[in-house]
Amino acid sequence: MIISIASGKGGTGKTLVATSLALSLKDDYKVELLDCDVEEPNDHVFLRPEITGSEPVSIMVPAVDEAKCTFCGQCAEVCAYNAIAVIGTHVLIFPQLCHGCGACSYLCPEKAITEVPREMGVVEWGRSDGMAFAQGILTVGEAMAPPIIRKVKEHAGGDRVVIRDVPPGTSCPVVEAIKGSDFCILVTEPTPFGLNDLVLAVETVREVNLPCGVILNRAGVGDAGVEDYCKKENIPILLTIPMDAEIARLYSRGTALVTGMPEWRDRFRELFNRVKEIIDERNCSA
Amino acid sequence: MNEIVVLSGKGGTGKTSIVGSFAVLAQNKVLADCDVDAADLHLLLSPSIKQETEFWSGQVAVINEDTCIHCGLCEDLCRFEAIYNYRVDPVSCEGCGFCSHICPVEAVTMAENMSGHWYISDTKYGPLVHARLGIAQENSGKLVAQVRQQAREIAEARGLDCIISDGPPGIGCPVISSLSGASLAVLVTEPTLSGIHDLERVIGVCYHFSIPSLVCINKYDINEDNTRQIEQYCWGKGIEVGAKIPFDRVVTEALVEGLPVVEYTGGRVAREIERLWQSALSTLKIKSGT
Repeated sequence: MIISIASGKGGTGKTLVATSLALSLKDDYKVELLDCDVEEPNDHVFLRPEITGSEPVSIMVPAVDEAKCTFCGQCAEVCAYNAIAVIGTHVLIFPQLCHGCGACSYLCPEKAITEVPREMGVVEWGRSDGMAFAQGILTVGEAMAPPIIRKVKEHAGGDRVVIRDVPPGTSCPVVEAIKGSDFCILVTEPTPFGLNDLVLAVETVREVNLPCGVILNRAGVGDAGVEDYCKKENIPILLTIPMDAEIARLYSRGTALVTGMPEWRDRFRELFNRVKEIIDERNCSA
Repeated sequence: MNEIVVLSGKGGTGKTSIVGSFAVLAQNKVLADCDVDAADLHLLLSPSIKQETEFWSGQVAVINEDTCIHCGLCEDLCRFEAIYNYRVDPVSCEGCGFCSHICPVEAVTMAENMSGHWYISDTKYGPLVHARLGIAQENSGKLVAQVRQQAREIAEARGLDCIISDGPPGIGCPVISSLSGASLAVLVTEPTLSGIHDLERVIGVCYHFSIPSLVCINKYDINEDNTRQIEQYCWGKGIEVGAKIPFDRVVTEALVEGLPVVEYTGGRVAREIERLWQSALSTLKIKSGT
């Protein structure tokens, strides 16, 4: 079972929920936490995992053998990203623009293009307190997160409860991170920003046809807009976490909520059971 | 022309609240919302939209079922796992066009993709350029570039000397697109271990692209040990901490009212944001040598 924790708006508490959910379930299930927020991965701050392995993530970019090249320009013509230009008897390659689709090397009539790896980040894995952990880290200065997210996702074992911490937003990294999961928990806060971005996140989740539910964090501030919206759209509010100075203090020190306040463990277990029921119902009716 | 972009690495640290207040404090400026994924600045500035334009970017493969002979070559060669059972998943397709070039019966064509909208609006604080990326779309970086380009054109046409941009969270494609070539990055962080970790990475991006930066510690009093650690870190890097904003519910109250916080109330939060704006101005002056 794969549960993604996403949000639309940043800073609403995805990491808090992902780490606490994983820690609450690890005694009853084989749990694996995947930090797919590869631009700013933070789960490790709360879990302090022992990293036992790592692997660079690369995409394959073209390298041209100018001895074989006839400068026909076919590669530049097929490249949708303007990552290759042929000027006179020179081939210019812009690796930062390349998405690694492989069209140029496959279609080169002279077989003059080989592919070489270009590293853009790393995937690390290990264990933390009885559960499996993996995270992706995008190299500073690199733009493309999805190839790293794809690699992190490959670490999920089939017989486990997998929790994915997803980046904020609604565009390609989010879609890559939630794709293939069974359920998406959307974490938001009861403010007009929280509502605006929740609506976008719900549209994104529906676009990939996933069931979803909401966790309302910092309840007690703001207004009732998020609750009204959830009622209207028939989206379950799975858990409410209040605005609380102690919760904020624990978070600021890098202590997971259920570690600092163990009474939350049962609430996260209940949340999980509710999610499981929703997934089962959906599978039955499908 | 000066271009100030407000970034954070970590989301939810207060970028938009600060940009909303800068909108009140700054003179002769254009505002730009570069968080095209989850734009929120319009909720504070009550814009009236003057111009709406479709944003066409990239392509998506389409397989003609009548001509397709089910050879499966496209599915084998696609590196984005976007083709399954002779159908294209438009969400996974990155528009490379490889499949359209190799299909032996030319059953694959590439369709232009409308990936969002951008808007030019009037607000009582000045012109605002904002955008909305289509749901689950790619090319957020290109839409950000379009927003910045429009903001520059408006600034030039109207003789305005400053652009203030609300940036996206993270350090990837849309952040790089918001940041490259800007005059100053204002980095908003919070004194949590996550906030510190993410600040270090976004400072790394600013270094990488040689953009001067200025730090603001928001909610500095929720963990003063961590605040001191951030100040120490910034001191070591030669980066000024322009303001320390206390935690105060007036920020959320202003947001619920749909107002920039400096307009909603005076007090400690407003004073610190004013101090941040003054620091930004003096950093720009030092940089330009005037």
